[in-house]
Amino acid sequence: MGEFAIGQPVTRFEDPRLLKGGGRYVDDLAFPGMLYGHVLRSPHAHANITRLDISKAKAAPGVRAVLIGEDWAKSGYGDLPRAEGKKKRDGSPMYRPHFPALAKVKVRYVGDPVAFVVADTIEQAQDAAELIEVDYDILPSVTSVALGSQPGAPLVWDDCENNICFVHLEGDKQATDAAFAKADHIVKKRFVISRVTAATMETRGSIGHYDQAADRYTIYTTLQRALNFREELAETLNIPESRLRVVAGDIGGSFGMKSGVFNEVGLVLLASKVTGHPVKWVSTRSESFLADAHGRDNVSDAELALDKNGMFLGLRVHNLVNMGSYTQPGTDSGAYSNLGTLAGVYLTPAIHVDVTAVYTNTNPMRPFRGNGRPEAAFVIERIVDMAADELGIDPAELRRRNLIPPEKMPFQTGLSFNIDCGEFEKILDLTLEMADYKGFEARRAEARKRGKLRGIGMSFTIEKAASPGYEGAEVRFDRTGSVTVLAGSVTQGQGHETIFKQIVSDTLGIHPDEIHYLQGDTDQVFFGEGTGGSRTASLGGSAVTVATGKVVDKAKKIAAHMMGVDEVDFAEGVFTARQTNRTLSMKDVARAAMSPKNLPQGMELGLNATAAYHTTKQNYPNGCHIVELEIDEDTGQVEMDRYVVVDDVGNVLNPLLLKGQIIGGISQGVGQMLMEQIRFDPTSGQNLTGSFMDYAMPHAEIFPHIDIKSNPVPTKTNLLGVKGAGEAGCVGALPAVGNALVDALSHLGVTHVEMPATPERLWRIMDEAKRA
Amino acid sequence: MHNFNYHRAADVADAAAKLTATEDPKLLAGGMTLLPTLKNRLAAPSDLIDLAAISDLKGISVESGEVVVRAMTPHAVVAASAEVQKALPALAQLAGNIGDPAVRHRGTIGGSVANSDPAADYPAACVGLDATIVTSQRKIAADDFFVGLFETALEPSEIITEVRFQIPDRAYYMKFRHPASGYAVVGVMVAQFGAKVRVAVTGAGPCVFRVAEMEAALEKSFAPASVANIHVSAEQLMGDIHCSAAYRAHLITVYARRAVEAMVG
Repeated sequence: MGEFAIGQPVTRFEDPRLLKGGGRYVDDLAFPGMLYGHVLRSPHAHANITRLDISKAKAAPGVRAVLIGEDWAKSGYGDLPRAEGKKKRDGSPMYRPHFPALAKVKVRYVGDPVAFVVADTIEQAQDAAELIEVDYDILPSVTSVALGSQPGAPLVWDDCENNICFVHLEGDKQATDAAFAKADHIVKKRFVISRVTAATMETRGSIGHYDQAADRYTIYTTLQRALNFREELAETLNIPESRLRVVAGDIGGSFGMKSGVFNEVGLVLLASKVTGHPVKWVSTRSESFLADAHGRDNVSDAELALDKNGMFLGLRVHNLVNMGSYTQPGTDSGAYSNLGTLAGVYLTPAIHVDVTAVYTNTNPMRPFRGNGRPEAAFVIERIVDMAADELGIDPAELRRRNLIPPEKMPFQTGLSFNIDCGEFEKILDLTLEMADYKGFEARRAEARKRGKLRGIGMSFTIEKAASPGYEGAEVRFDRTGSVTVLAGSVTQGQGHETIFKQIVSDTLGIHPDEIHYLQGDTDQVFFGEGTGGSRTASLGGSAVTVATGKVVDKAKKIAAHMMGVDEVDFAEGVFTARQTNRTLSMKDVARAAMSPKNLPQGMELGLNATAAYHTTKQNYPNGCHIVELEIDEDTGQVEMDRYVVVDDVGNVLNPLLLKGQIIGGISQGVGQMLMEQIRFDPTSGQNLTGSFMDYAMPHAEIFPHIDIKSNPVPTKTNLLGVKGAGEAGCVGALPAVGNALVDALSHLGVTHVEMPATPERLWRIMDEAKRA
Repeated sequence: MHNFNYHRAADVADAAAKLTATEDPKLLAGGMTLLPTLKNRLAAPSDLIDLAAISDLKGISVESGEVVVRAMTPHAVVAASAEVQKALPALAQLAGNIGDPAVRHRGTIGGSVANSDPAADYPAACVGLDATIVTSQRKIAADDFFVGLFETALEPSEIITEVRFQIPDRAYYMKFRHPASGYAVVGVMVAQFGAKVRVAVTGAGPCVFRVAEMEAALEKSFAPASVANIHVSAEQLMGDIHCSAAYRAHLITVYARRAVEAMVG
């Protein structure tokens, strides 16, 4: 199946269906008797609910139920899933607040659900919600992570001292202190990583259906990890997992955000149980800004110690990380699980990181493309550029001196990463050449004549992908020899269907048209964790490979038996009896496997295989980005002119999809650096960016052609030699663009530009420099 | 969205009659602002009177010294009109850069002008090109038409039927788009009519306004340098989290200068 083989630029099998409107998203589903739910949300960042009167709403036309905090408390359901396991500085357990689906006494962020109105139509539910009377006693609030942990800050949870959720320490403090003591040069900087929202094209949504006769729940929802979701939700509902079915249809983007078990999931299920009907809730776009979990939002105080030759001796980082108001599994992970990226691709022997996670009166947080990786990459790659500037060394040269050479692999960094393979200097050289790094100053001078300040910026980042874990896959032949492949991972647009069909087609010799791909339904998929952390190609791909390997092993035995030989060869979907001209196709064998007469004695009927693949070692995708941009001197507007990337994501399963992933990631990194930001009013805690009229998203028109090359260095940590590609683009883009902006303005004495670098912010920087 | 009564007006008189006969009506002239407002439940009119079926309200003509655009003409039609492109290219270019393709095919000039959104483009064309707003009852000079934030000189029962733009010797429109919404943060129309020059600014203030000092300077010498150091006070301007009043004031000078640069080549 050459044209569909692993490594071919196969166009996505899912696209014709999706582009023709054939997607099946939550909002496309309807069931007989289905009701609609609307969430009444807190308009205040922090307040006591002193009176809640739902009598008028209950009596409104079409209303079937109005649920409030008391109903959840009496439902027999427990908390929504809660984060656990971390500790505070004194060793005591992390602060884990209760997490009901509806606030009862107190609201803790603008958008905190207060009541759920269920009616025959969504309009009736919205009308009735306006009849609910709530009195709030407004309390002081805090939304900033920097202010949240200061003594005297308003407390999000009364018994959580200084709002500290947990503390995480990593690295070697003593060695780091010693490194700083002998340093010739120390660079220090506070980096503020802004808060952003995933802004998924499909908003979140859920349909809950409690089947009273079967005493079983079904939830159709937007998620990333169906089986993990079922496990967590079953615990919340206090039922065995076998009484819960979780179904994900098509999902329009998630980037980590949809990985939580959100309040509305619990609400539609409770509402279905109360009313006896399926209940749908789908977030409106405006609601998504108030109700979705946000990402990033931390403050990093970083120090880099160098010797007089520019060698990195030590790195010290203190992070304050915003947790929002409630924590679920995953909320906390961005604070600690990807700190390894701080070590970068460098030899830095001594590193220490001290992280404090802080509750604030803001939306709960969830991973967002990178989940700590872009944040860490920004800190290390910005401070390296600052060091280069202070020492008068070219940024590429400073990086080169400190790169980990291939002969030192596997290399244990000063943090958690044990890098198995990589060719950093080769990638650096390739990228510099693609970017015509040497020719930059001439381009800068030419731009200057046009009133444009041109800058060049690079980043060389590394992250972990496919953390130790497992994934499941199943390959089922039917009686006519076509195939269904089932995967434990769930796509939100990445193209899993294409990749998995390529693997099945390549390994079994079945045409992709005869392969059906199935995912996301816990009644059908037997095993797996799901999607996240750039793990699907590595773990899901390996699981499919193991399953097809099992199929081939069994099919070979059947083919040999049918052809009356001891052994057969298998290639390109064809079994050949050695030293004969007799052959059987995979389809022939699959059909034959359904009849006992074709099988060796004692062999089980059918040609099916399941596989549960697990790995104990993550992989380390890495890459170099170089961007050139121009700032309009008069307006502060930024125009990106060139963008080049050389990546190492190991073996490339599909170069087309890889480019899509890299470009998508870059877009989100550029978005955060130049325009995106969730902002709160510091006094009232109101979200000031509650729609696309105020929350700026990058449009395609702002991007230049993005030139991408791969330098694959296959990893041995999984069967396919692949490294994760989903987050790499985003990780590299944030610091590369940040560095280019500073470079463009460096002649004005500018050493750092905060994100988002909006036109006004850049204009003010230039204006102040001119006045000074 | 709240419930409302929907009416498809047969002609302008029918629309005017329904406008006075219903309790809390709104005219639907494309709906590019009204429909999102309704969907977000920020308005609850009792009746919507749709002008879309009134064929008499559509079309463009170029008459002696004037480009006449009927009120229900979509932006895309103005942008694509060969007549407008020839007689008044600045207007075609302005219309072709309003919003996005969907907005340009649904939104109409009458709807835009009647709404007086501070960030809309058409008001800059009306004032900059010394237009006359013709209604079901009278003619109103553009200078008198835009009164304030979402406020015009229109009476409740009055319906815009056409906008008559004076054809200048030359004109140019430039705008700085809002980083999030894409609306004009500052849009400047510069037009030269013989010895007279008009400079109209949209986006920055509560509604479109003229910059007399720039007009006078350009009438004296039509060159970029004439406006390069004229600064509008930020005091009367609007600001938001992306673009403060001071920044908008600065951009007015930059965009006026650039518009003149584009005109003098």
